[in-house]
Amino acid sequence: MEFEFPTPLTTVPSTANKTGVWRTFRPVINYEKCIRCYICWKFCPEPAISFVPGDKYPAPSEAFLKRDAVEINYDYCKGCGICANECPKGAIDFVLERGDGQ
Amino acid sequence: MRNTTIPEEEYMLPGHVACLGCGAALAMRYALKALGKKTIVSVPACCWAVIPGVYPYRTLEVPLLYTAFEVTGAAISGIREALEVLGQDDVTVMGWAGDGGTADIGIQALSGAMEREHNVIYVMYDNEAYMNTGVQRSGATPFGAWTTTTPVGKLRIYKKERKKPVAEMMVAQGVPYVATANIAYPEDLIRKLRKAKEMKGPKFIHIYATCPTGWRVPPNKTIEIAKLAVQTRVFPLYEVENGVYKINVKPKERVPVRDYLRMQGRFRHLTEEEVELIQKMVDEEWEKLLLKEEMTNRVRKE
Amino acid sequence: MKTMITGNEAAAWGARLARVKVVSAYPITPQTKVVEKIAEFIANGEMDARYIRVESEHSAMAACISAENTGVRTFTATSAHGLALMHEMLMWAAYARLPIVMAVINRAMAPPWSIWADHQDSMAQRDTGWIQIYSESNQEELDAVLMLYKICEDKDVLLPAMTMMDAFILSHTMEPVDIPDQKLVDDFLPELDLPHRLDINRPAGHGSLIMPEGPVMEYRKAMADAFAGVRDKILKVEEEFREIFGREYGGLVEEYRTEDADAIAVVSSTIASTSKEVVDRMRERGLKVGLARVRYFRPFPHRELREIAKKTDMLGVIDRSYTFGYGGALYAETKGVLYGHSDIPVKNYIMGIGGRDVTPEILEKVFMDMLKIAKDGAVDTEVEWVGLIGDERWSA
Repeated sequence: MEFEFPTPLTTVPSTANKTGVWRTFRPVINYEKCIRCYICWKFCPEPAISFVPGDKYPAPSEAFLKRDAVEINYDYCKGCGICANECPKGAIDFVLERGDGQ
Repeated sequence: MRNTTIPEEEYMLPGHVACLGCGAALAMRYALKALGKKTIVSVPACCWAVIPGVYPYRTLEVPLLYTAFEVTGAAISGIREALEVLGQDDVTVMGWAGDGGTADIGIQALSGAMEREHNVIYVMYDNEAYMNTGVQRSGATPFGAWTTTTPVGKLRIYKKERKKPVAEMMVAQGVPYVATANIAYPEDLIRKLRKAKEMKGPKFIHIYATCPTGWRVPPNKTIEIAKLAVQTRVFPLYEVENGVYKINVKPKERVPVRDYLRMQGRFRHLTEEEVELIQKMVDEEWEKLLLKEEMTNRVRKE
Repeated sequence: MKTMITGNEAAAWGARLARVKVVSAYPITPQTKVVEKIAEFIANGEMDARYIRVESEHSAMAACISAENTGVRTFTATSAHGLALMHEMLMWAAYARLPIVMAVINRAMAPPWSIWADHQDSMAQRDTGWIQIYSESNQEELDAVLMLYKICEDKDVLLPAMTMMDAFILSHTMEPVDIPDQKLVDDFLPELDLPHRLDINRPAGHGSLIMPEGPVMEYRKAMADAFAGVRDKILKVEEEFREIFGREYGGLVEEYRTEDADAIAVVSSTIASTSKEVVDRMRERGLKVGLARVRYFRPFPHRELREIAKKTDMLGVIDRSYTFGYGGALYAETKGVLYGHSDIPVKNYIMGIGGRDVTPEILEKVFMDMLKIAKDGAVDTEVEWVGLIGDERWSA
């Protein structure tokens, strides 16, 4: 076996490891309630929440559409539920994973 | 358009293997947001030796030198001095060790590195026991806690000793910047790490990092518990710059310690009397901290 | 031009001439003068290096490891308990493939406290993956430091090395030493270029967890292969060294008057010097004895020892340590490599423990014992302790 370095260096980004399969409970954002405060994004330990253009999802009112929305990346979300627990508007439902990706 | 209260740049990738709701993972995410790309991190044996995943995976966007359990202080000393030789003064060096690797087995190397005044940041991310090996008691485990080596049992053998005050030990040693931080207060945590990055010399930061697995709490409670630790004054947020204390969060109302303890399985065996005893300890420590703040600020003014 | 310096100073000069950039060390008798001398060089601006005055030997090696891993040449020195305390990090340095060079002043392990020459300390580290060389003179010590950096930093090697010298006998004794010209050393020894150094432009983990099905065993094998290649590098570097500096030491094993010898003593370090005197005296009297000085214990000179065994009727292996397995380490390994290659008797003499003086008189008795075994064709006692108080057989 030929190696590039004399010791094993880890160079492959962990994004290759889809930790979403760990999930038992799934956080689901209720965009009608989401005020786009980004607290869920702030407290995600993966991180598995990212920003998307504001008009991609509905919002409680027209004004919120100017702000970027957040999206949960289920490839990595382990379902810890911090986002649902910390959401000031109760806009994230925490539901039992059905195993069919829904 | 968006406004965030912490930097958007991420230097920790998803796909790592931390437990659900891991406070230590959040702590690293915040720390690297503060320090940026030009950083070298060294971790000893601890949860963070496993969190990045197994070979060939990496989860950090900066170089990470794994090292032995007790040598974080020495490891960052060596990296720093080598970087100085190479003229890479602009690279930040951060040691990142757990509470066992800091308060217990690594205390000598930590003390040595701080005393030698290397330009390094040492972070003790504190999940209050040897979590990577399965929740054994460390010197930083709080009074009253159940762990697998203080299993309560019929004889009620839980942790009967107070938590080792590592940050206070660093203050006593004269470390020019010592701070406590908490994952529930990321803005404060990031500000402190940025300050540490700007300051030359040794810096010590003690980060409270909830461990849902070891504390026997549901993973969604990670931030809630961490916030309560500050509001109950169990884990005060303060910084000490050149010996002068500044308490960053002074909770307006006195939230009872009971609220904090009763949320966690590791404290479920405690009687009401024992809870009261802990309340007394917490109150005493808080009073002492207020006095330290007052006293050291007075000395500075005079 | 030769200068009178001690073995400790010779080691320090080696580090200085090699342009070591980070020194990380903790004081212990009898090593102190090495680090004091380096501190002096740095304080006088004669050596451009950072000296990390660590709080323990364990940290000394840990800081050498991280500094070396950052890509700069490092050096440290220790002895006995300091070396034992480093044990964990010695393996770390080797497995991390870091070409650190360290001077070890051989000293006995306690209890009882003993600060004198004995090889127990370094022999106990023989499985850590470090190259080991045992010097016989202060000149050899200085030259060894220079040659080791060249050997260790070779891309095909990338392994650490320790160079040993006997406590006080060399460490504190002055000998005339030729201190090479800096320019010649610079020509001989290029700058370190570590392929796996920490690099902020390469976000990689160095030393992560690896599963049994990961290439962990393959990396160990690669390390073993690198170690196996060290022998040829030693010979090549010694040849280059001889061309530039005009000195040579005989490769892994120095042979002394082994031609047509009836018995050959296998020894290392300063016992070799005394033994050479004894060999000369005995040869004058027509007694055909010779000497094989094992310089490198790691890699173990198996080829050399097998060749030497062909030249004689018996080998007497002198160990200044004891394994508590079977005899001394040099003896056990010598016998091991001879198995299937030679049937000559091999006897082990345990001598000089705790710094006990090994005199020419007592060595002559050992050689006489060896000649008797060579004649008889059989060993009486396989492992014998020589020079015990009250033992009439070996007293002078």
